[in-house]
Amino acid sequence: MTSIDTHHAADVSASTSAAATPTVAVWVSSADHKIVGRLHIGAGLTGLLIGLVLAVLVGFERVDAESYQILDENSATQVLAIARNLLTFGGVLPLLLGLAVAIVPLQLGSRSISFPRLAAGGFWMWLTGLGLMIASIIGNGGPGGGNSDLVDLYLAAYIVMLLGVLMTATSISVTALTSRAPGMGLLRSPLFSWSSFVASVSLLVTVPVLIGTTVYVYVDHRYARAGFGGNKGVNEWIGWATSQPFTYLLAIPALGIALDAVPVLTRRRLVERSIAFVLVGIVAIAGVSAVTQTTVTLPWGGDGFFSGLGTKIADLLPFFLLNVLPVVGILAIVGLVLVSLKEGKPRIAAPLVFVVLGLIGILEGAAATILRTIEDAGLAGTIFETGEYVGITFGSACVAFGGLCYWGPKLWGRRISDKAAIPLALVAFLGTILGSLPYMIAGFADQPAARLNGFSYSGPQELWNALVAVGFLLMLLATVAFIALAVKSFLTGESAGDDPWDGTTLEWATSSPPPADNFADVFVVNSPEPLADMKASSTGKEA
Amino acid sequence: MLALPAAAEPAPRRQIFLGTAIACTAATMLIGGMLATWLQFRAEAPVRESAKRGFIRDWMPENVIVPEVAANMMLIAFCVACVMAQWAVYSAKRQDKTHTSIALGMTAIIGLAAFNAQIFIWTEMGVGARDGAFHSMFYAATASMAFLVIAGVIFTAVAAFRYLGGRTKELEVVSSHALYWYFLTAAFTAVWFVIYVQK
Repeated sequence: MTSIDTHHAADVSASTSAAATPTVAVWVSSADHKIVGRLHIGAGLTGLLIGLVLAVLVGFERVDAESYQILDENSATQVLAIARNLLTFGGVLPLLLGLAVAIVPLQLGSRSISFPRLAAGGFWMWLTGLGLMIASIIGNGGPGGGNSDLVDLYLAAYIVMLLGVLMTATSISVTALTSRAPGMGLLRSPLFSWSSFVASVSLLVTVPVLIGTTVYVYVDHRYARAGFGGNKGVNEWIGWATSQPFTYLLAIPALGIALDAVPVLTRRRLVERSIAFVLVGIVAIAGVSAVTQTTVTLPWGGDGFFSGLGTKIADLLPFFLLNVLPVVGILAIVGLVLVSLKEGKPRIAAPLVFVVLGLIGILEGAAATILRTIEDAGLAGTIFETGEYVGITFGSACVAFGGLCYWGPKLWGRRISDKAAIPLALVAFLGTILGSLPYMIAGFADQPAARLNGFSYSGPQELWNALVAVGFLLMLLATVAFIALAVKSFLTGESAGDDPWDGTTLEWATSSPPPADNFADVFVVNSPEPLADMKASSTGKEA
Repeated sequence: MLALPAAAEPAPRRQIFLGTAIACTAATMLIGGMLATWLQFRAEAPVRESAKRGFIRDWMPENVIVPEVAANMMLIAFCVACVMAQWAVYSAKRQDKTHTSIALGMTAIIGLAAFNAQIFIWTEMGVGARDGAFHSMFYAATASMAFLVIAGVIFTAVAAFRYLGGRTKELEVVSSHALYWYFLTAAFTAVWFVIYVQK
């Protein structure tokens, strides 16, 4: 099924041209996917910023393990929970979903996203839920909160926010399946579109399980408090959504950004395209693990390797499928990126630097997950898990920044200065590594994950925690500076032109920013890189 | 701006049908996840001795009586709703406006009847959500199912309004609504077996 909507006139009222400066009323009411995508991106950057501020507070609180300096015992659980939720569901996820909403229809040669009002409704529902979650935390609700009604509000708002995510994911996945240009089979769709589709489907099968669990926790907390541990049990039941392997789902669209941007920026066609398709799917296997809410652990040592080998092999298979295989997928994609860098002619541009460094962060976090799930390593429940989380989340945020630098010119018509953005990529990368690696080391010393102080172990515990706090601060500074740079560039920056990167896919075949209906004509696509083919044929050269 | 060759008229899309299928998949995961949690709680409940039934899991209190007749009637109602929804698709394909209208109306009424049966079960049981883990989970799971049923009735109403409003050649919404009722029947069958039969 490769077809796109030719009856676009009906959507015009809902799709105001992104070229004109939209009024507040247009921002609020529009169902134009470019505007909805930009709303997601703007709100995601704001959520990321607030989440990072809270992460910095948590980071500095852990430096002195003897007493609370910034927070207090009552608020610690709440701040930990909302910081993670803001980074995951309030920051990185909407940032990547926003890029998908804005870019996927353009990449597929479609005039509009499928169910545009569903996508717009999804954004507002997500925003309402997130706002209510923050409000409930401020009023002493949320996990471990002291105000019972506001704990209920937190849970209800969580469900509303997740329903918003589902609505957006439905819109993206149906677009990828039904709105491709004629000739563009699913395997000819650009890799960012493919990865957005895979991530959306993964969200559609995992988030409902989270919603179901949250409904149970809500009803139990509001009425019975008999089975789910009251306010202290909230994180125990729904906390898996802000830890590994669920966070791998954030990395999937980030991998797609890398697989689309790097070949263009290295001027090398991705000859291993079909392999890349499979690799993105392999990473999504993590979704299966997330749904079962099971981390398959490997009992490795004890009485010798060969003792009970049959049982160990039986353990090894699910361990490999659920823990190792997604990491192998990420590792192989990093390999493809490195091959492109080696064999191509890389342009040292901001998107390339952000994407490559962000991928390293994701790989670091994902690879560490394998180590934690080896039972004999004794890392379960330690702060090692937070190190993994930071690697994957901050790494995905870095790649999303790269995606904004890459596709921002298409959406806003102006480009971000490479000279100003590249140092920010380096600072963000340093923040990612400093924010994760010392926690992994502290995890081996058994620093607990759930406590902000009251722990003690031999070794320079203050140094590890101080390094992490500095890492969080660097990431926060990089994010603030990136937002300021992006706002300045997109308002007054250098005009980008229609095809600033010499792109190969359909989004670069329309004007920057695109008109309301994206394209004047419906295209026939004969290869995965239709624009590159067309350029080659127009110059009479072999691509 | 570069110009690519214009394409021929594309094949019709099936966006609503596909969107419904995806929504059904998500809702399947919702109900499946809730039933899995239910079974986990049931399996982990401690064993106790019952005067009537010997050693049993201390899960459902003995004073709770689930009205099984009403639950069975709900299951039958869902099966009939599927027949009605499929009748609507069949009639719509034949451009038979009268039969399509009757079939859509019957589907909605049966959906409302199923919802009514759910309320009857809650009322007849006479227990509150705050009485214990079984009770709160029972209400959470059955209310989620009831929410999906109400969504089905609204879907039927939308399909009926669109059809009666003159869009008689747009069959996709009618067939999508039928797909949703098939999903509801499958989902309720699972709920019926786990919650009303196995308890």
